Amino acid sequence: MGSGASITAEPPPQAAPPPAHEPGRLARYGVGAIFLLPAFVLLGVWIAYPTVYTIVRSLFSQSGSHFVGLDNYKTLFTTSTLLTAIENNAIWVGVVPAVVTALGLIFAVLTERVPWAVAFKTAVFLPMAISAFATGITWRIMYLQDPHLGAVNALGRVFVDAVQTPGVLPSALPSTQTLSGSPETGLVLKTPLHPGGVALLGLTAIAPQDMPPGVKPAVRPAPRPDAITGVVWRDFKPGGGVPGKVEQGEEGLPGVKVSLQQNGKTVKTTTSRADGTFTFSGLKPGTYRAGISKATFNKPWGGLSWLGTKLITPSLIIAYIWIWAGFAMVVIGAGLSAMPRDVLEAARTDGGTEWQVFRRVTVPLLRPVLTVVLVTMFINVLKVFDLVITLAPGSSQNAASVIALAMWRYSFGGVNDFGVGSAIAVFLFLLVIPVLALNIRNFRREV
Amino acid sequence: MKRRYVAGSLAVLGAAALAAVAVSASTAGVKKAQGASAVSGSITFDGVWTGAEAKSFAAVIKAFNQKFPNVKVNYKPVGDNLPTVVSTAVAGGRPPDMADIAQPGLIQQFVTKGALKPITYARGVMARNFAPSWLKLGTFDGKLYGLVFKASNKSTVWYNAHAFKNAGVKPPKTWPQFIKAAATIKASGVTPFSIGGADGWTLTDLFENIYLRQAGAAKYGQLTAHKIKWTDASVAKALKTMAQVLRSDSMVGGTSGAVQTDFPTSVNNVFQNPPKGAIVIEGDFVPGVATVKAKAGTDYGEFPFPTVGGSGPAVEIGGDTIVAFRDTPAIRAFVQFLATPQAAAAWAKRGGFATGNKHMSPSVYPDPITRATASAVSKAKNVVFDMSDQQPGSFGATVGQGEWGLFQTFLRNPSNVKGVQKQLESAATKAYKKGK
Repeated sequence: MGSGASITAEPPPQAAPPPAHEPGRLARYGVGAIFLLPAFVLLGVWIAYPTVYTIVRSLFSQSGSHFVGLDNYKTLFTTSTLLTAIENNAIWVGVVPAVVTALGLIFAVLTERVPWAVAFKTAVFLPMAISAFATGITWRIMYLQDPHLGAVNALGRVFVDAVQTPGVLPSALPSTQTLSGSPETGLVLKTPLHPGGVALLGLTAIAPQDMPPGVKPAVRPAPRPDAITGVVWRDFKPGGGVPGKVEQGEEGLPGVKVSLQQNGKTVKTTTSRADGTFTFSGLKPGTYRAGISKATFNKPWGGLSWLGTKLITPSLIIAYIWIWAGFAMVVIGAGLSAMPRDVLEAARTDGGTEWQVFRRVTVPLLRPVLTVVLVTMFINVLKVFDLVITLAPGSSQNAASVIALAMWRYSFGGVNDFGVGSAIAVFLFLLVIPVLALNIRNFRREV
Repeated sequence: MKRRYVAGSLAVLGAAALAAVAVSASTAGVKKAQGASAVSGSITFDGVWTGAEAKSFAAVIKAFNQKFPNVKVNYKPVGDNLPTVVSTAVAGGRPPDMADIAQPGLIQQFVTKGALKPITYARGVMARNFAPSWLKLGTFDGKLYGLVFKASNKSTVWYNAHAFKNAGVKPPKTWPQFIKAAATIKASGVTPFSIGGADGWTLTDLFENIYLRQAGAAKYGQLTAHKIKWTDASVAKALKTMAQVLRSDSMVGGTSGAVQTDFPTSVNNVFQNPPKGAIVIEGDFVPGVATVKAKAGTDYGEFPFPTVGGSGPAVEIGGDTIVAFRDTPAIRAFVQFLATPQAAAAWAKRGGFATGNKHMSPSVYPDPITRATASAVSKAKNVVFDMSDQQPGSFGATVGQGEWGLFQTFLRNPSNVKGVQKQLESAATKAYKKGK
């Protein structure tokens, strides 16, 4: 250890004043002290004093006037919302550093071998350049449940709707009780029909803009002896009208598939005309039922509730990984490029497969870098805050809460309880200490 | 000769404060005649108003300075983080001279801490201009601490005029008419309600409006102060009434969509054309939130919150209360000025403002809708302040927690009246105990 190292690593020189009879050393330490003073003053004002004050404050009540001992800490471990926050943080710590490091490693190794590596690396690293606040807002919009608005669900809809085609009248409902069943199962007219009968299939809850083009006023068809006639129409006019009655101002629904059933089996199908009427002709005497199949009412896929209380933490974690994978990739990539190539060559020459080389040579050699990434991610994840507060809607924030968010919410977000807020801050501080210690030890070793 | 010299120095230095001291020192007669200009000093004022609202408040300050030219008001537009900023400043011992605070619960905290100065000196001018219920809104622990300067009418309902026309319904007056209109709108193919359930306060506002009408102002006050329990039968009745609105098939996006819809989106759902929903239930600030193009009258309209069970006209307000952390002649002058009709008019003519000041003429308001919503505020017999704003913050004003969070729970499952009541009661008990 040289004297240079002792200046950087030893405690402040004030701690050990040099003997006065050595003027040379005094001058040297004096200069050192002057150089260190600004840093110490700033650390004292911005780090040491607030830390001590927070610890003291955590022992006092909301108003700050009563000493309450460890009551605030008791609150911390007995309030369900705070316990959720701690639980969520545990999930974050368990998942994110490992996944980010693994993804970073995969990206880094793969980009060494692909053309367009720079373009790929840029794309993966780009999210790092966006503030977490903006990322949160962007992902919140992408996660919106309505597939018309949220990009993630819009993608899902492409696949789901390919399997199940949406019907022509997805929002329609039966206008009266004469139609049994539901839009989910298909609607059937309760009253049985005989040839010569008229089927009135009234539907409501169809928005004017959802009406098919070229509609005509609904017409109640005349009965025909050998046929069952009927009409499918929008059983609504301003004010409501009389449900179940074809009235003036109500419009027919063209293009609706109507089926005729006998003994539970579909015997005929037809499609309604522009005025909503339809005819099943050439019928033998008997009892029939008319209905509209459920395909007409198939609703377009409504989307997953990414921002709901159940999925919010996974949604947050995905967005967070999207941000940080690039960081891991770049750091690990730097480690890779600094790796001695001859070792890899030697391993390959010795007959190692690519997987063996990766598993037994690359990864062990990268260990210091991987540790740095892991530890950095541990600290980042423990204090995650900005993404959660911007991405999670208010109604999901309890379910999404993490320790740092809980701290803010208790201190400033309406509760205004600096006591409990400080206690949460101290708790978070205690959690970070071991990781920090590990980090410092690693730095020392590298020096 | 001496006075000429003083006048000359005024021109040269342009130091108004210095001149005021010099003039009042030299001639007592002048001081008597210009009592207003003798008051001098500066006031730091932290406010929630930013942007256009800050400009409107600047107009109020300008009107004040015409009377009191020697008082400088340094307004700082803090925005919605005001509770954080001011609480921190109070904790640090350096609060601003004055502030406007939207949460009476926070004012109560400051009063308990002894951080605020009473404004008893303004009682006279306030009593002349405001109804007694308004003075009550500014009274904490038996003393007058605040002046509700800017109010908003939270008992309004906004609707898409095209949707109402297509469905053939008219703005309803009573609750049964309201629910019937919703059913008709639904049959016309438009979802009746757009609920901004991601912001819990839209739900508490709905509940409070129902409760105020159904249970009456007296019970409203008791529930606010937690003198009756949330498990009370009156609460159950109001929740069941509220559940008639919160049906999954009657809300834009269904239940799970409504829980995630924030307030501005819920407004746009109704103000856009074709609309996603026909009705949004919130205060007079709704049109200001809409980002889609819509014209008052032709595209959207407003009606007062329907009466429930034959209730009389009642208005729930939200509002920004002016409080003072210090007591100086300059602050006294400003607080007293803010209670005058002139101060209210200075902002009212610029729009986005309602006052309880009964001596300000409604003709000052810039458009018919504002005139209707704003004069309802000064005319209504029963004026109550937003309940959740008056409660301890941990219960009434925390995102996802307390009342806001539990009403979101209720929105998710409106049939669970009893369970939500129990949870509300236990959360309230905890919060009120802590507030002490």
